[in-house]
Amino acid sequence: MAEQEYQKYYVPEQSPWPIVGAVALFLIAVGAGNFVIESTKGESGFGGWILLAGIVTLLVMLIGWFNNQINESMNGMHSDQLGRSYRQGMSWFIFSEVMFFAAFFGALFYARVIAVPWLAGEGNNAMTNEVLWPGFEDMWPLTKTPGGTETTAMGWMGLPLYNTIILLVSSFTCHFAHVALEKEQRGKLKLMLGLTVLLGCIFLFLQVEEYVHAYREMNLTLQSGVYGNTFFLLTGFHGMHVTLGTIILIVLWLRIMKGHFTPKNHFAFQAGSWYWHFVDVVWVMLFFFVYIL
Amino acid sequence: MSTATEHAHDDHHHHMPTGIKRWIFTTNHKDIGTLYLWFAFIMFLVGGAMAMVIRAELFQPGLQIVEPNFFNQMTTVHGLIMVFGAVMPAFTGLANWLVPMMIGAPDMALPRMNNWSFWILPFAFIILLASLFMEGGGPAFGWTFYAPLSTTYSGDSTALFVFSVHIMGISSIMGAINVIVTIWNMRAPGMTWMKMPLFVWTWLITAFLLIAVMPVLAGAVTMVLTDKFFGTSFFDAAGGGDPVMFQHIFWFFGHPEVYIMILPAFGIISQIVPTFSRKKLFGYASMVYATTSIALLSFIVWAHHMFTTGMPVAAELFFMIATMLISVPTGVKVFNWVATMWRGSLTFEVPMLFALAFIVLFTIGGLSGLMLAITPVDFQYHDTYFVVAHFHYVLVSGAVFSIMAAVYYWLPKWTGKMFDVTLAKWHFWCSLISVNVLFFPMHFIGLAGMPRRIPDYALQFADFNKWISIGGFAFGLSQLIFLAVVIKACRKQGEPVSDQVWEGAEGLEWEIPSPAPYHTFETPPVVK
Repeated sequence: MAEQEYQKYYVPEQSPWPIVGAVALFLIAVGAGNFVIESTKGESGFGGWILLAGIVTLLVMLIGWFNNQINESMNGMHSDQLGRSYRQGMSWFIFSEVMFFAAFFGALFYARVIAVPWLAGEGNNAMTNEVLWPGFEDMWPLTKTPGGTETTAMGWMGLPLYNTIILLVSSFTCHFAHVALEKEQRGKLKLMLGLTVLLGCIFLFLQVEEYVHAYREMNLTLQSGVYGNTFFLLTGFHGMHVTLGTIILIVLWLRIMKGHFTPKNHFAFQAGSWYWHFVDVVWVMLFFFVYIL
Repeated sequence: MSTATEHAHDDHHHHMPTGIKRWIFTTNHKDIGTLYLWFAFIMFLVGGAMAMVIRAELFQPGLQIVEPNFFNQMTTVHGLIMVFGAVMPAFTGLANWLVPMMIGAPDMALPRMNNWSFWILPFAFIILLASLFMEGGGPAFGWTFYAPLSTTYSGDSTALFVFSVHIMGISSIMGAINVIVTIWNMRAPGMTWMKMPLFVWTWLITAFLLIAVMPVLAGAVTMVLTDKFFGTSFFDAAGGGDPVMFQHIFWFFGHPEVYIMILPAFGIISQIVPTFSRKKLFGYASMVYATTSIALLSFIVWAHHMFTTGMPVAAELFFMIATMLISVPTGVKVFNWVATMWRGSLTFEVPMLFALAFIVLFTIGGLSGLMLAITPVDFQYHDTYFVVAHFHYVLVSGAVFSIMAAVYYWLPKWTGKMFDVTLAKWHFWCSLISVNVLFFPMHFIGLAGMPRRIPDYALQFADFNKWISIGGFAFGLSQLIFLAVVIKACRKQGEPVSDQVWEGAEGLEWEIPSPAPYHTFETPPVVK
């Protein structure tokens, strides 16, 4: 190791973007907090506008920051060591996302295996059932809550199955795009990445369809007890991640059209594709635990 | 352990920025470390002021000074500020300053993100503190925000609390990613894993814990938000949920969080004790393994906070035994520190005084933790002042003392001047005595049954509470001495120090000049 020539690690000069990002998050937090309070009370206020200002600021920050980053990368200021930092950073970020979903999968597991059976009198909880929730029966999906709210369960056939197939196929197209990039087949790269984006959009469209169907026809809403809660929060957060992933892929596609990335130097592409595979894996887990089981 | 560092000096291709811009736009790990440390100190004083309100109210029985709802806000925000605003940022600040210098890296791996992680924090705490002035008051459900206190029975400010915790979490996760990548990828040639200073090791593992559990906290606050504002029923039995589920999710975050606040302290003590014993650390490898086992065990002990929630007996036994297992690696650590001192040539400079106080007082906190781990016994101790005594021994005379030890240990390296030793010794002795007057009697009133988080108490607890409050005020005032020492040091008053600063100090950070130049190790040193 020691005899290798050391390529200087690039430590950037001062940058205005982080503080812009901090202000953006401040506006988002204040705006979202007030927006939630105002909208649930039916009051009018500035919450929504502050939130919007925060999101716009965040976008400006991202564009400015990534612009700097891309210029540095294109000018060859990034050493291999820096590339490793980026890759490791991205991996740990994805791990943190995994743990975020784990919290909601944990809630699903707990509600289903512990809370609902206990409310129905399992174990030493007979009196809980008899005195507090008489007549409540253990079932999953929980189509009738202890409080008496009724709903319908979302099956796995139809839209959810199509969506699973769509996302799985998109994972392959994403991988083929990566292979094409490494083999310097630009045409195939553009095609495959374009297909991935398209599949992502179709997935999101179908997901919205499913939500509309759930709300309008199935009486499955955010308020319909812990089954609806876990269903909507898990699929909802997943949908937000697919949206983010799709935006990332679109940006990558635009950069590819401008001729960015080489077979050796394409961290951004790799990060985007890792992220895409990650949302796929989360979906497979979702499909299994939320829809099928 | 390492060779000379001729290349360590500043080369001047970066012009040194000045004024406010230096601090706002900085990408320098030392600047960001300083920002973190000052922020933590300010938050420590703010959170401390809230503790003073609590102790003033509890000075005498009966409702004296503040409304009960305000008292609840004080206990809540005191806890949140001390955990997320004082202890964690202080350790992150130390990591920023020290990790690159200890492993021979030019800076943190991702310097701009490093700036972002810091500057989120002041904004997050502005939101939290401002929520105290909202109609209906700020968060008043305890720092643990148990449902249904935080859902059914909380005020509007809960929404702001949730989003401020979200952005604190983003900050912590980015900070942790930065530390972990720096350690993994930026070590100088020859700095192998088992040559890393223990502070670096403990922070590596802490960063892993942070990335693993801060997202779970984000999930918990999200569920509180939707339960309160959007009609979900994660924590409401009527919809098939369970308030106890909140506690499971919260403590799955919360217990590793406890180790996030103590593992770096172990690292600091493991740096300081060998220096002032003039011996190598006893059992380096076992320290590394002990830290790792504590971190892994911390994921399977969370329900010891919940023994009285009516879990099945098998679960209570499992969590009791798993918790007790942690005392084995912790015991290894305490043993190693004592063995390091055994037959060393000890001197008692200020950092060593704090380190010694840490070892003794942390052990007291550890032993009361062991008592709390015993399920049937916990049924009596649960939610009493005994618990308050326990975690303040490990957090104040543990974590906070270790931070003070660290500041005194590395301050001369940062400023190039020796701090005011006389004042620092006053700070130490005043803190040591008052912290015990403050927290030790809490054991007694806790065992006698005084509940925590209540603004009033039965008459038989009056004498002890009076002493506790006096100890509290004295401890609070003692920290002003610390403030004076630090301000004097920042103004560069005092005798210049050598590069090594302390006679027995070893490691890369002691081989660079004092004060440490703005950029260090732009070309990595070779460690042998």
